[in-house]
Amino acid sequence: MVASRAIGSLSRFTASRTLRCSGYICRSFTRSSALLTRTHINYGVRGDVAVIRINSPNSKVNTLSQELHSEFMEVMNEVWSSSQIRSAVLISTKPGCFIAGADLNMLNSCTTSQEVTQISQEAQKMFEKLEKSTKPVVAAINGSCLGGGLEVGIPAAFDMMLTGRGIRADRAKKMGLVDQLVEPLGPGVKPPEERTIEYLEEVAITFAKGLADKKITPKRDKGLVETFYLTELTSYALSIPFVRQQIYKKVEEKVRKQTKGLYPAPLKIIDVVKTGIEQGSNAGYLSESQTFGELAMTKESKALMGLYRGQTQCKKNKFGAPQKEVKQLAVLGAGLMGAGIAQVSVDKGLQTILKDTTLPALGRGQQQVFKGLNDKVKKKTLTSFERDAMFSNLIGQLDYRGFEKADMVIEAVFEDLNLKHRVLKEAEAVIPDHCVFASNTSALPIGEIATVSKRPEKVIGMHYFSPVDKMQLLEIITTEKTSKDTTASAVDVGLRQGKVIIVVKDGPGFYTTRCLTPMMSEVIRILQEGVGPKKLDSLTTSFGFPVGAATLVDEVGVDVAKHVAENLGKEFGERFAGGSLEMLQQMISKGFLGRKSGKGFYIYQEGVKNKNLNSDMDSILASLKMPSQPDVSSDEDIQYRLVTRFVNEAILCLQEGVLATPTEGDIGAVFGLGFPPCLGGPFHFVDLYGAQKIVDRLRKYEAAYGKQFTPCQLLVDHANNPNKKFYQ
Amino acid sequence: MNQNFRMISLLTYTLKNLPNTSKWALRFCMRPLSSSSQLQAAAASQTKSKKTLAKPNIRNIVVVDGVRTPFLLSGTSYKDLMPHDLARAALSGLLHRTSVPKDVVDYIIFGTVIQEVKTSNVAREAALGAGFSDKTPAHTVTMACISSNQAMTTAVGLIASGQCDVVVAGGVELMSDIPIRHSRKMRKMMLDLNKAKTLAQRLSIISKFRLNFLSPELPAVSEFSTSETMGHSADRLAAAFAISREEQDEYALRSHSLAKKAQDEGLLSDVVPFKVPGRDTVTQDNGIRPSSLDQMAKLKPAFIKPYGTVTAANSSFLTDGASAVLIMAEEKALAMGYKPKAYLRDFMYVSQDPKDQLLLGPTYATPKVLEKAGLTMNDIDVFEFHEAFSGQILANLKAMDSDWFAQNYMGRKAKVGLPPLEKFNNWGGSLSLGHPFGATGCRLVMAAANRLRKEGGQYGLVAACAAGGQGHAMIVEAYPK
Repeated sequence: MVASRAIGSLSRFTASRTLRCSGYICRSFTRSSALLTRTHINYGVRGDVAVIRINSPNSKVNTLSQELHSEFMEVMNEVWSSSQIRSAVLISTKPGCFIAGADLNMLNSCTTSQEVTQISQEAQKMFEKLEKSTKPVVAAINGSCLGGGLEVGIPAAFDMMLTGRGIRADRAKKMGLVDQLVEPLGPGVKPPEERTIEYLEEVAITFAKGLADKKITPKRDKGLVETFYLTELTSYALSIPFVRQQIYKKVEEKVRKQTKGLYPAPLKIIDVVKTGIEQGSNAGYLSESQTFGELAMTKESKALMGLYRGQTQCKKNKFGAPQKEVKQLAVLGAGLMGAGIAQVSVDKGLQTILKDTTLPALGRGQQQVFKGLNDKVKKKTLTSFERDAMFSNLIGQLDYRGFEKADMVIEAVFEDLNLKHRVLKEAEAVIPDHCVFASNTSALPIGEIATVSKRPEKVIGMHYFSPVDKMQLLEIITTEKTSKDTTASAVDVGLRQGKVIIVVKDGPGFYTTRCLTPMMSEVIRILQEGVGPKKLDSLTTSFGFPVGAATLVDEVGVDVAKHVAENLGKEFGERFAGGSLEMLQQMISKGFLGRKSGKGFYIYQEGVKNKNLNSDMDSILASLKMPSQPDVSSDEDIQYRLVTRFVNEAILCLQEGVLATPTEGDIGAVFGLGFPPCLGGPFHFVDLYGAQKIVDRLRKYEAAYGKQFTPCQLLVDHANNPNKKFYQ
Repeated sequence: MNQNFRMISLLTYTLKNLPNTSKWALRFCMRPLSSSSQLQAAAASQTKSKKTLAKPNIRNIVVVDGVRTPFLLSGTSYKDLMPHDLARAALSGLLHRTSVPKDVVDYIIFGTVIQEVKTSNVAREAALGAGFSDKTPAHTVTMACISSNQAMTTAVGLIASGQCDVVVAGGVELMSDIPIRHSRKMRKMMLDLNKAKTLAQRLSIISKFRLNFLSPELPAVSEFSTSETMGHSADRLAAAFAISREEQDEYALRSHSLAKKAQDEGLLSDVVPFKVPGRDTVTQDNGIRPSSLDQMAKLKPAFIKPYGTVTAANSSFLTDGASAVLIMAEEKALAMGYKPKAYLRDFMYVSQDPKDQLLLGPTYATPKVLEKAGLTMNDIDVFEFHEAFSGQILANLKAMDSDWFAQNYMGRKAKVGLPPLEKFNNWGGSLSLGHPFGATGCRLVMAAANRLRKEGGQYGLVAACAAGGQGHAMIVEAYPK
């Protein structure tokens, strides 16, 4: 099951896992070659227990690389052949990481699916040997780990294999993935992390001894389908092929619904499991390694792996540590954004002042923060006590008291330049010299906001995405005057808030809003051409967008969308044209502001899950109806009209230097705007699908609609030279 | 530290500004007292860093005597009592032992942890029942396992500031009965019913009743802030300090053996017999059970299963009991013709991380109180540390002996050092004598005072840990014979 071994991060607990041992007996003796130097693994013998310690050099995590793999097999063979050793403990000496899954670089260096299949088969052999070990092997897992010898065949396990999500250790125990939990220790006479690993090792050794002496029996020594917590009845039910078919079908349906068939891996995993159960484990293993090989070579795999690397890069502060760490934060405006920013700050221990002008507005903001934290209590990811301690980091107030001690002010007031100017001047009258002033705006150029500042080098843009506690992206905008230390400080705060960060140059709409706006303009045109909101939503989600285009307008807010479209329309002229802003205007005049007002394209009601179309929109849509052009209005054309405008604008941003790297462009598009992750972002998309094809599409639409679809120079360059890639 | 400075400066400030007392008069009456005690102490303590801990301008405060009821395993002879009954028994015992006239007592303070809601100010209910004047005020304090330490130091504060001359401090815990409540939902419904005026309103409230409303709510055994039980934390603490099961069992056996010896030799003189209504007179502690290491090794871990090291045998058990001490200004005691047992000197409260350092209070408090008093580990003749768990005591000992811990967690240059085990809890401890949460502090002080008299030492150090990650230490100085 190598393909599916989830990257699980066991944060709070440490776990020990006993691998099953069954009847195969191995009695060949070879001399232990103790002099062999190994780089990833070393082992010692404590009594009759071999302690195998994994520690990949020069890396924070251990990954399943080929070297680790071969050293491991070497060591295991010694363990199996030594007569002194009766059991073994497998442990990582890296705090917080057991094995974080397959080495992506290794997979990346493979050029054919056969190579990957080969690697997968070797790994399978290793796991198979482990499973069939004559001597008990206890895996002592501290921190992130591959899902470790997952039993399959039950919906819960299916779930984990498919989404690859991290499982908390206590849940892992409940699911039967691990046998025993060891809680992390506090300080003793050495650092807690060090002692915790030692302790884990000690406990694992007693378990290994107990298993070898048959004093302890592993609870989960059942077959492939049965795990110990399945009742007799369900395991009986599962033995009936018909029931199993039903389960496969159910799971498949659910997966199809969730992935829209855009991600090949989950469905393949089901196939593999099916093969394993129906045709025996050997066939299952074979099918698994082959499928894994195929999957590794897919565009989706390349795109996702690229995205993963990009995300890792955007989790680092390339501007270095700021001169003064922000300890006191102040947020101006307790609206949706302001309160969201406050929430992601206080829950990381950052002292935060939340200021608004009226008590009711402030109260709503404070309640939003409390609710955000309390929801985590309900989900049991926080204790009520931790919630209270976090909530006390928040100070709500109506005046500027305490701002003289603020290290950073983030304003999140309404998107109005005059208002932004006013709060900047008000804040600058009280904040200390070193204090950074950050503006949370989606479209107003930071340079213009900074014009009234006494110290423009301290002014920066921090564009958060709504809802702030869920959306991972933070777009940081620097003007020509913004100092490097100010940027370092903003990135530092953003990282502490848990954000993935892109840093872009100032300009109308920066990067994200600028890419989204032409696409939104196209959305309106498509609606005007008679495609209904529901149809449009399904076209966009089936292309891989997590939220449909019409729903997105409702989520963003119709007034905000119009405001942005108008502003950017003025700046960029013809290229941003398309649909008529009149539609948004009419919606605003009728109070259809989207989700926040309860009505937009859809009707939103508290507690109602399936939203209905807002029938009052019909007259607006009818009044603005335009004839459609049949040769560019197939479903696929509609999808590509939206996506190519987005992609073209993104590449133009790189061409103009708004973006520093394609990586940031991809991360911003995927994490901030929901660009289909399976495409890896606009730049991966161009690389993997071919610039020429995209230019061809753009030319076709250009012929129908004009300049809005004219491909930018950089894209044309890439089309003209197939060797040119954004990612080498 | 700061807090204590503040407290002292507050006290001196009050002293200086007392309207009715001339500070000159005070100084005048105190100087001869302190110098006389210095002279007397000199012979006994030639090797000490300091001859006495008396301070100029601060009243000497003494423990005249102290008593406790026998400490019993919960659910035994005290099981039908209420907490104030036990507290009353301690008070009566103290009156009997000291013959102090009731009307001389200015104030009464008791410590308790699990409060009986009917007698939330248990000090007052017990005092009234024990026949104290209804003009003598009483209040109850709570600070987990150091509640009666808090009662005593509150008394010290009242006397030092000149507010009182004679204070009774004590503590009580009755774990045989604990307040088990209706669930919040049920309570809410009952309260709503109280307010309902019409039958229709009542019916509509009753109609919301669900069976799960009846599930009761127990007093929390776990730390509120971390949801971890103390035994679990103790097990992790023992593991963090790499203390083995064997070491813990050995220490527990030592505690039980020493307690047994002390009991047999009649050293536990603070125990007063208690005639329990409807039962026989209880004369001695009933939790002292020296066993064998083999027997103890058979027990399964009580908290972290199956590989933990804390078991029922190496933990303190749930205990019922009460204690009380009579604290006076030295001049008052002498004027009344008493021969006090000990001085109560410098004390210190500390607190730290309730998750990973829940039970390390003594480690933090010990160097601080020694520093404040100007003493070193070598000056201490008698150590009386509260034994919550063997693992906790051994972890504290290891921490006190670790430069690494002192430097990385306590911000100190070096370790305070290991208390010599031959001076440590020689008459048993909470593991064997029992640990009624609210009453243990007074037992520790009396054990230190009585041991100092018996063994001929001068300085005793009392230290304890408490839930919430708090801790306490106090220096007890023998009263010159």
